[in-house]
Amino acid sequence: MATGIVREVDLKALEKIFRGFEGKGESILIPLVQAIQAEYGFLPKEALVKASHHFRIPLSRFYGVVTFYAQFYLTPRGKHTIRCCRGTACHVRGAAKVIETVEQELGLKEGETSEDLSFSFETVACLGACALAPVVVLDERYYGQMNPEKVRVLVRQYKGASIQESSIGEENNGKAD
Amino acid sequence: MARQISSPIELKTYAEEVCKKKERWEMVIAVCGGTGCSAFGSYDVRSAFTKEVEKLSLSDRVLVKMTGCHGFCEKGPVTIIYPWQYTYVSIKPEDVPEVIEKTIIKKELVDRLLYRDPVTKQRIKHNNEIPFYAHQKRLVFQHNGHLDPTSIDDYISVGGYQALAKALFEMTPEQVLVEVEKSGLRGRGGAGFPTGRKWRFCRNSPGSEKYIICNGDEGDPGAFMDRSVMEGNPHSVIEGMIIGAYAIGATKGFVYVRAEYPIAVKYTRLAIEQAHQYGLLGENILGSGFSFDIEVREGAGAFVCGEETALIASIEGKRGMPRPRPPFPAVSGLWGKPTNINNVETWANVPLIINKGADWFASIGTAESKGTKTFSLVGKINNTGIVEVPLGITLREIIYDIGGGISGGRKFKAVQTGGPSGGCIPEWLLDTPVDYERLTELGSMMGSGGMIVMDEGTCMIDVARYFMKFLSEESCGKCVPCREGIDRALDILTDITEGKGRKEDISLLEELGEVLKDGSLCGLGRTAANPVLSTIKYFRNEYEAHINEKKCPAGVCKALITFSIDEEKCKSCGKCAKVCPTKAASGKKKEPYKIDKEKCIKCGLCRESCKFGAVIVS
Repeated sequence: MATGIVREVDLKALEKIFRGFEGKGESILIPLVQAIQAEYGFLPKEALVKASHHFRIPLSRFYGVVTFYAQFYLTPRGKHTIRCCRGTACHVRGAAKVIETVEQELGLKEGETSEDLSFSFETVACLGACALAPVVVLDERYYGQMNPEKVRVLVRQYKGASIQESSIGEENNGKAD
Repeated sequence: MARQISSPIELKTYAEEVCKKKERWEMVIAVCGGTGCSAFGSYDVRSAFTKEVEKLSLSDRVLVKMTGCHGFCEKGPVTIIYPWQYTYVSIKPEDVPEVIEKTIIKKELVDRLLYRDPVTKQRIKHNNEIPFYAHQKRLVFQHNGHLDPTSIDDYISVGGYQALAKALFEMTPEQVLVEVEKSGLRGRGGAGFPTGRKWRFCRNSPGSEKYIICNGDEGDPGAFMDRSVMEGNPHSVIEGMIIGAYAIGATKGFVYVRAEYPIAVKYTRLAIEQAHQYGLLGENILGSGFSFDIEVREGAGAFVCGEETALIASIEGKRGMPRPRPPFPAVSGLWGKPTNINNVETWANVPLIINKGADWFASIGTAESKGTKTFSLVGKINNTGIVEVPLGITLREIIYDIGGGISGGRKFKAVQTGGPSGGCIPEWLLDTPVDYERLTELGSMMGSGGMIVMDEGTCMIDVARYFMKFLSEESCGKCVPCREGIDRALDILTDITEGKGRKEDISLLEELGEVLKDGSLCGLGRTAANPVLSTIKYFRNEYEAHINEKKCPAGVCKALITFSIDEEKCKSCGKCAKVCPTKAASGKKKEPYKIDKEKCIKCGLCRESCKFGAVIVS
């Protein structure tokens, strides 16, 4: 998922996206919205309106779906996304403290994006990396066995003006080939 | 190399060709590419191996490959060197030159990288001798340690798609169905409905257009078995689905994967594409005249979509809300057509049954629960990872013999199975055999296979509250008992953890649990009370301590605990003051430190940082 800052929505890309979904009925709705979000990093209202007209699916249907699923965003996302797992394994190994620390460091509550669009902070039901509990994923990189101290260092590294590569975690499977 | 394979004989010949090609590798270095190992740096390890092998011009004799999850996440990155099956754990890129020099060139072991048994202190050479693996029975995961999940040739070389050829050419759909029925295979997604019977319902439903779905929406927090199957051996799932489609008479299949698993999505798509290229999927499969196709659909982050009717709604492009059953999907499912849904692990078991026969499969397990089950063994346990065991094994064997017991020398308190639908099982019931019926009797359930171990430092009310919080966020809101009932249970539990519990709360929670069970529309609500009811059943004294004495025996609930420093144990090192975010901990050199209760936010950092155990929680 791209997480770039989009201020002016360039709707040209939509036409190309639409082409892949022609003539397949209403079941395309979720994959279509996923494709739009992959392009813009979030779901601009204009894009949803255009998709609704194009495919003759009521806009209410779009909004119904978009607001139901956790992974759709109606507002622009931060440059970096930090996701803290609150799965059971992470919970019993102290995820709550890790989440608290991130909240303090970023001054954000879960689900919020910083005003300068530098960070989005989310918690996730389970990342399925329970052996590494507690887990934090920063821009698709997995950081395992976190504690308040480690996560503080991690967040501060990313908060710096020049974004440096972190030394705590390693390459992750988001980069798998 | 893409080629159309148009008969079972061609498949066999091709398999022999692939095997022959593989013989040229004298040695294979298999690096685990599972989520755990990759977070520990296995991609760098793989690159280091590739570089070193090239540097020493060994590329024509030594193959470096990335495989699916080996399961032993605790000791990642895990690397196995074939043909000897030497297993190196916690390997780092800087260890690679030594491994190449000693093991690959001189055929010697690098002792320090071998697993060291914590009890006997012996180094262990082979993975199958490590206690973590020795007590398992790996069938679904049998190839995970050496197959490249992105290579269909690798899968074919170990007998992949032979079960499909057998089903299509040597068996009628009815015979396939009878075989699966006879095997006793039950749904691995949680409820344990007999797979064969489910298939028959769908097969017997009128209609020429039928669908099958693979439920890869593994949403239970603390479970990642299906992820490991999809990321480690996606072709086994695809093969199982094609066989199922043949038996049921389905024309189209969907794999619904949760969006949190991008690699599983990628590998499943790749596997489908490869199967197409080889003529194993699509029109006229293997020249049999049977046609079937599969499409991948990504979830979008909704736990309730693991429920089959909600999942169907999601594929149809709707909000993922369950609907009442009957009609069951087998009669009216996707777009109103007969539909059969099975979980990832269930599908992956199908080729095994067809290959080795129902009798073989039924010989594993207990009278009612056949075969093996995968679990993700996590929490406060020494050997975290993915395990696969024959059903009927006891919880104690899983936790102690495979899992190596509780980490940090602490005391076991409970094991949670079945995700948010399951319950917490106490110490005195650890000798219970793991099967569908026994776990349900205990007020828990099999679930998809999350097994979260908790020690004395876990508060059971906090755990119950945790699950209610989770379910309150994930309830779709369609039916009242679930939407409102879970919220009320959460309120009551929150009060208890904050010291505002009332005497009647326990009976109120029990009553609420009954309403949820009887009145909810789908499985999410019907089983939602299990975490609460099971903790009340087995840990009632903890509830009473919270309510009557306003104490949290585990030292977790912030409102009920205070932090102080044991003056005798304190060595005035200053570590607590350094980590304290509110400067509540302070002191001078050579004097015991103190914690200012006014400033203390009870984050527990001081306790974690103190090497002398001087921070007391009371």
